[in-house]
Amino acid sequence: MDSATSGPYGAKPKRRLSPANIMLYSTLIIVAIYYALPLYVMIVTSLKGMPEIRMGNVFAPPLEITFQPWVKAWSTACTGINCDGLSRGFWNSVRILIPSVILSIAIASVNGYALSNWRFKGSEAFFGVLMVGAFIPYQVMLYPIVLVLKNIGDFFGFQLYGTLGGLVIVHTIFGMPILTLLFRNYFASLPEELFKAARVDGAGFWGIFLRIMVPMSLPIFVVAIILQVTGIWNDFLFGVIYTKPEIYPMTVQLNNIVNSVQGIKEYNVNMAATLLTGLVPLVIYFFSGKLFVRGISAGAVKG
Amino acid sequence: MPPQNRPSRLLRNLNAKIASIPMIATVLVIFLGCTLWTVVHSFTDSKLLPRLNWVGLDQYTRLWGTNRWIVSIENLAVYGTLSMLFSLTIGFVLAALLDRKIRFESAFRSIFLYPFALSFIVTGLVWQWILNPEFGVQKIVRDMGFADFVFDPLYSEDYVIYGLLIAGLWQGTGLVMCLMLAGIRGIDEDIWKASRVEGIPVWKTYLMIVIPMMRPVFVTAMVIIGAGIVKVYDLVVAQTSGGPGVASQMPALYVMDKMFKDQNLAQGFAASTMMLVTVAVILIPWAYIEFGGRKRG
Repeated sequence: MDSATSGPYGAKPKRRLSPANIMLYSTLIIVAIYYALPLYVMIVTSLKGMPEIRMGNVFAPPLEITFQPWVKAWSTACTGINCDGLSRGFWNSVRILIPSVILSIAIASVNGYALSNWRFKGSEAFFGVLMVGAFIPYQVMLYPIVLVLKNIGDFFGFQLYGTLGGLVIVHTIFGMPILTLLFRNYFASLPEELFKAARVDGAGFWGIFLRIMVPMSLPIFVVAIILQVTGIWNDFLFGVIYTKPEIYPMTVQLNNIVNSVQGIKEYNVNMAATLLTGLVPLVIYFFSGKLFVRGISAGAVKG
Repeated sequence: MPPQNRPSRLLRNLNAKIASIPMIATVLVIFLGCTLWTVVHSFTDSKLLPRLNWVGLDQYTRLWGTNRWIVSIENLAVYGTLSMLFSLTIGFVLAALLDRKIRFESAFRSIFLYPFALSFIVTGLVWQWILNPEFGVQKIVRDMGFADFVFDPLYSEDYVIYGLLIAGLWQGTGLVMCLMLAGIRGIDEDIWKASRVEGIPVWKTYLMIVIPMMRPVFVTAMVIIGAGIVKVYDLVVAQTSGGPGVASQMPALYVMDKMFKDQNLAQGFAASTMMLVTVAVILIPWAYIEFGGRKRG
């Protein structure tokens, strides 16, 4: 597992211990230590007791390992009047995540499919605006979206602003540019004969999509899922605006726990909470490997 | 569907049009409608509720007369310039190092990139803790015998922006490295053979040949970094909350406070419109070079 599959070609350099190589590896190792340090600090701090933290420094390894901070962060840490820990935020985030990921990917994949195989007059213009829209600062649209959600809710007779449903819609909207681009480029790269043959056989818009396009595109769906799970899990801004304290996602609750002004600072609990919040994207990152890289560089691939 | 002799233009490809309704609605209502709505309302005196009572450029005059906004813009300029410079430099250098046919490449790459998987909230909180003067870097150096050593950027009005920069770079350079590495790998191997034959040193090949060839990658990276910089919000909220005082305020925080805390909507709209203008100033030249030039060339 030590060399990437798409690595540089050509023979390995002969002399391993040349001065240039020593320089190269020591630079890389020092930089790697720097990048790894915050993760290390989170872990060691979360395993120490408060007395030990007060005596030592952030980098010192724990003399006596305790899991108490983790238990406290998960189940009894307070935000405002709620003292049921980060578990509340965790489950809120899960409840936000699942419908948002499904809805945003469902809509964006159909968009990409329509844009690459069923172009209609104006479809490219809409796509163009969608791409430009990805660069509009969210702050410009935040308030009118509140009004849109309120009005839709009033019209249909239920609450959208301040509920999970509203946040799911917002995530679907703001995930749309990048996901549509991802799917459009992928579907455009599939052989066109396939599509034509299916048309000759009389398959329609949905038939071709569900029976041919989706089964052939599972890797890109995985990339989209990775992209959306990390993106939505890490979201703070939309969570803070479009939900209420009882249904705040994990990131918002984490910030409220750590940056709360009242009470004594419990750094170990704070770091355990921080690590808990970062755990979901970290696990996805370390298990998905190349697919994660493909997802984040999707934005850089021009359509 | 019953066969039709002359399907009307609107009905042609009907399923695709129906399927695209969410996208069309998003484009028209959100990206165009909401943006326009905010820009229009920035010329009103909306306070608690939006209303169309025109006051011309009053909100903008007030905005540019507010100390906190000026500080925010200065911070954004400093943070943005340095963040852009260092992201590109560090990202390219790391990519070039990884490109030197090294062992454990994927392990190194994983370590450089993992911060990018973490949220800005997590990033901000970790660095707040590492930069804590009582227990963090300052304490360690003092314990080593330098009793007068001072390093507490998060509590200093002059240096707090660099504290944010350290955290922001830690989180974001991995992405730039990935883009750069893909760009370097995309360069023809023959270029390297030729430069080796000519006896050009490796560093010079990177500087004089590879970088100019990677212009499109640099431009893409700059656009991605730039769009991210203007939006910077969560990181500041988590790491410094804009303090000490207003020393680490950013435009996005100003907008959020005016709109959702101070009940001064139009002021928030004016500030967010300025953010939009900033993005346009970055994007339009890029779009012009990228798409406008291609047609002629």
